[in-house]
Amino acid sequence: MRSSSGAILGLALLAGLCTAAAAFAEETPQACEVAASLLASDSPLPKVTQAVKDAHSLNIVVAGSRSSTIPSAEANAYPARLLAYLKERLSSVTVNVSVELQIKKTAAEVAAGFVKLLQDKRPTLVIWQTGTVDAMRSVDPEDFRAAVDEGVATLQKAGTDVILINLQYSPRTESVISAPPYLDNLRVVAQQYDVPLFDRFAIMQQWNDSGDFDFFSASPGLDLVKRVHDCLGRALSKFVIDAAHLEATQQN
Amino acid sequence: MPIGLVPTVSSAPVSGRELRLDLFRGLALWLIYVDHLPANLLTWLTIRNYGFSDATEIFIFISGYTAAFVYGRAMRDAGFVVATARILRRAWQIYVAHVFLFTIFLAEISYVATSFDNPLYTEEMGILDFLKQPDITIVQALLLRFRPVNMDVLPLYIVLMLFLPLILLLMRWKADITLALSVLLYAITLQYDLHLSAYPSGVWAFNPFAWQLLFVFGAWCAQGGAQRMSRILSSRITLWLSLAYLLAAFYVTLTWNITLMNNWLPRWLEQWMYPISKTDLDVLRFAHFLALAAVTVRFLRKDWPGLKSPWLRPLILCGQHSLEIFCIGVFLAFAGHFVLAEVAGGAVFHTVLHAFVSGAGILIMSGAAWLISWYKHSADKSARTKGTIGNADLAGGSL
Repeated sequence: MRSSSGAILGLALLAGLCTAAAAFAEETPQACEVAASLLASDSPLPKVTQAVKDAHSLNIVVAGSRSSTIPSAEANAYPARLLAYLKERLSSVTVNVSVELQIKKTAAEVAAGFVKLLQDKRPTLVIWQTGTVDAMRSVDPEDFRAAVDEGVATLQKAGTDVILINLQYSPRTESVISAPPYLDNLRVVAQQYDVPLFDRFAIMQQWNDSGDFDFFSASPGLDLVKRVHDCLGRALSKFVIDAAHLEATQQN
Repeated sequence: MPIGLVPTVSSAPVSGRELRLDLFRGLALWLIYVDHLPANLLTWLTIRNYGFSDATEIFIFISGYTAAFVYGRAMRDAGFVVATARILRRAWQIYVAHVFLFTIFLAEISYVATSFDNPLYTEEMGILDFLKQPDITIVQALLLRFRPVNMDVLPLYIVLMLFLPLILLLMRWKADITLALSVLLYAITLQYDLHLSAYPSGVWAFNPFAWQLLFVFGAWCAQGGAQRMSRILSSRITLWLSLAYLLAAFYVTLTWNITLMNNWLPRWLEQWMYPISKTDLDVLRFAHFLALAAVTVRFLRKDWPGLKSPWLRPLILCGQHSLEIFCIGVFLAFAGHFVLAEVAGGAVFHTVLHAFVSGAGILIMSGAAWLISWYKHSADKSARTKGTIGNADLAGGSL
């Protein structure tokens, strides 16, 4: 049974965690390959490209809900891992990633705070992770789309690049949370505004199907969460670098 | 579906049942079951991957058709009051079925809430907070305002059935005007965003104000509309238009499913076309259903001998007992989710298990349909020997 094996695995990992916790971040990353098509985006990030080229600096804000952090282990959450991987890949650039957690806020509520966010942080790039809260509250998908639409428009008008991140793949809650309408609408807005969409849902689903991770597992412990976020952060760093064509800039 | 069946249907004896309706309703039930399971190989066989509309459209249309046919006749023979009483009894049965399924759902979800502790999903698990207020949740479920995912079809039905007496009354007066009113309501819904609210927030996943169009259209076809459309349906232009539209829709769905093709649509078309709302039965979905129906009735004749073949028998039987089979399907989908989540194994093993769960579910549905059919026949026989009236449900579709 999955639950018992999951428990044993969880215990084993927990035991290992005590000794290896500090060393973990530097260890070889999980083999969580992502299909190139999932990380390819035709939509550019012109401001990012320019900022890196001209000022050698990159100021990123991640605006997201609860799934953008790991309670009690924020340094292992994907925004922090994104920062680490970006620093590694873009050694000559001053990279900064800050996280604006918007717990239990719908897209409309988050979008309403963007003006202030822009004033406070002056980001080059806003990575907006959204959809989960709206799906949980079954907000009318049309209203959700309008909210994302407005948020992206506000950010772009202020001269900021935007990346959208969609929901997590969460098989155990599929019978209570209906993700598809929100996934579809995020895709629509991304296309409409020519904004790259980091398809977290499809990526995680792929990891589950290929056996990299078991997202059905009942109590996998904190270790799995850290590894998942590490993989997400790595994939996201690739996504940013590819969309902004930073590889070429670096070589010059 | 529509063409050709009406001239005979209106005067058909009880045995001259329109098997194509049963066949496609049975097919819709199978597809709904497969679509309710987590995505797997069989999912690729379901029609939602090949166009805009899916099994729900087929199901609602055929249900409108058969309901209008059965209860329309009852209204003619026994009068408005008796027919209304029978429709309400049917709506009550559907309601009870829905509550039954909700109970099973509650058991499943409570199990997940107590046994599942994955910090990755702290946020998503927050949805199960409704279990902390069982009083409110259960009352809202009884009011049809709280509905889990995949349990939206029956509430839609209940609402549509409640309005069926009115629809039939209007149809007896002027069928075309009834259809026109239905289209008008649909247009108003899209324009002014009419909807039913759900609990704790949000809207009904199938907006009854929009989906009534398919139901009324089905009823209209049953009341002679299909016959009047037969000239349009048999024209070559309709056929080519339908085929062209189906092909275009197929191309569009390919761009969703094949990552490589994601950007193969012109941007202006995407902006005009998206989103294709299922909640409000987007016009593109409705048109897709019409095209599918037009092509189907053209190539699948009423007298096609295959309809009597034993291979299609399971499908037809499922279609003939749609309420029961629908409920069994929803239950099996719950059970299938559970099995797939609980049984550990490698990726290959899971693929095999998945196919097995899908296949077993369809077998159980067919077996149950056969059993129900056998029971109703024998119950009918004994009822007839006692001199009471036979089971009305057998006379032509249960829903």
